[in-house]
Amino acid sequence: MNKYLFYPGCSMEGSARAYYESLKAIQPALTMELEEIEDWNCCGATEYLSINLIPAYSLIARNLALAAQQKNGTDTVMAPCSACYLNLEKADYYMAERPALGEKVNEALAAGGLHYEPGSVQIRHLVDVIINDIGLETVKSKVVRPLTGLRVAPYLGCMVPRPDFAKRWSDHEHPSELDDLMKALGAEVIDFPMKTSCCGGHMTQIGPETAYELIRRLVAAAEEQGADIMVTMCPMCQMNLDAYQGETNRHFGTNYHMPIVFFTQLMAVAFGIDPKQAGFGLELVSAKDALARIGLKAPEEQKPTPARKKPEGLPMPKPLPKKYASGQTVVEE
Amino acid sequence: MAPAETVLTQGAGLKKPEDLTLLHEVAEATAGVSHLEMCIQCGTCGGSCPSAADMDHTPRALFAMLRAGMREEVLRSNTPWICVSCYHCVVRCPQEVHIADVMYTLKSMAIKAKKYTDSKPPDFSQTFVGMVETFGRSFELGLATRFYLTHQPLRLPGMAGMGLGMLTKKRMNLTPNRIKNMDQLTAILEKAKTLELTS
Repeated sequence: MNKYLFYPGCSMEGSARAYYESLKAIQPALTMELEEIEDWNCCGATEYLSINLIPAYSLIARNLALAAQQKNGTDTVMAPCSACYLNLEKADYYMAERPALGEKVNEALAAGGLHYEPGSVQIRHLVDVIINDIGLETVKSKVVRPLTGLRVAPYLGCMVPRPDFAKRWSDHEHPSELDDLMKALGAEVIDFPMKTSCCGGHMTQIGPETAYELIRRLVAAAEEQGADIMVTMCPMCQMNLDAYQGETNRHFGTNYHMPIVFFTQLMAVAFGIDPKQAGFGLELVSAKDALARIGLKAPEEQKPTPARKKPEGLPMPKPLPKKYASGQTVVEE
Repeated sequence: MAPAETVLTQGAGLKKPEDLTLLHEVAEATAGVSHLEMCIQCGTCGGSCPSAADMDHTPRALFAMLRAGMREEVLRSNTPWICVSCYHCVVRCPQEVHIADVMYTLKSMAIKAKKYTDSKPPDFSQTFVGMVETFGRSFELGLATRFYLTHQPLRLPGMAGMGLGMLTKKRMNLTPNRIKNMDQLTAILEKAKTLELTS
């Protein structure tokens, strides 16, 4: 049994719910024990760092300090979200590289009765532990419904293979890990040239036109390569490519329809888990056709609750009774 | 007053003395060891940047401007705000300049000096941070409503379908999640706000 201190991150409880649900679904098959870091807080994403440095690093370091305290048969923190993974790794690395930063952060942590010694925990991403601890052979042995014929574009995004302080990945720009994992599921993996290109990050919020172009390039490349579906390991990438694909289409007058799901969702269906339990149906760009290629039916679409429809709503003028319809004056008897 | 070693006296052919105060200030305020002084102006950063087309200066130009002490122009540049933190430049830089982290530093300096020219990006960051400082977790629905109503109300009608989808699929929580020990986090952040990174 591989045990990890688990840092889910905020997205897993919201926009990336499909990631969390599919992870929970495959966890028993992977013999992976996850112990959530007690009372973890947000990592600050890419926002706090632009406001104020020491608070930003102290926010991240509180999680590291809590993890180091909780160490319970393992010193590995596993983060499935790219931004969280990078922030935790970054704080750990920079606190050691720049002792002045480490001191200031610890001065702040002390106000909450905490302390973090850089290097006390290992920070690793979910894909890394699946491949390097659990192993592709174990993954293969769990596949009961191979994804034969499904053309998958593996999309890692930026923040896991780069900057990669701990040198855990095979390459900064064209790492093979996610490809290998998808091949182990029997999928036909596209050699996706943009596998670590940027999805636009928070630019979908603050500079949409910059983001639309980045989203367009990715979706267009996946479609040109004949992908049925893209898989990602990053909540931000999934959100941008899925939720903003419609806006991107409107912006460019294009008509892309490229579903993007989390790699764990494809693992789950390959392990024989029901698509609904694997978080399918939560994507906005439906993966129905992709699922059909491997003989699976997408879960029923949940329709928005219809607006209240009472036969008698607001007191609106009713059509005139027939006898008045001609417009002639009718003398009531 | 600049530390003595950052100001080179006016030499032959120099119109004014070289002043590295700004370069030092940025390097000092950057999280790790920035290697900013090592930039050789090769332009690999700008050439690798997916969003360079929307920047007023490429990172390479910006670093030359830092070295030239062009404080006003650097802090008014949109470059750090357009940076998408993809770290392509960082892994390709032959001099190992922590470019993305320098961008974060420049953003916070521009906020402190109130030099940014578009208020959307800093307000987005500030709204996000406000949620985190209140709940200990991010709160997407609160962030989205507050930010869009303030800054991009006209974008809302086009996004209604997406927003409704996110809500009906329960991908956005209606109420924020809170951490238990908020007092501890507040104490840490309040203390942290009194501290600054110096060498």
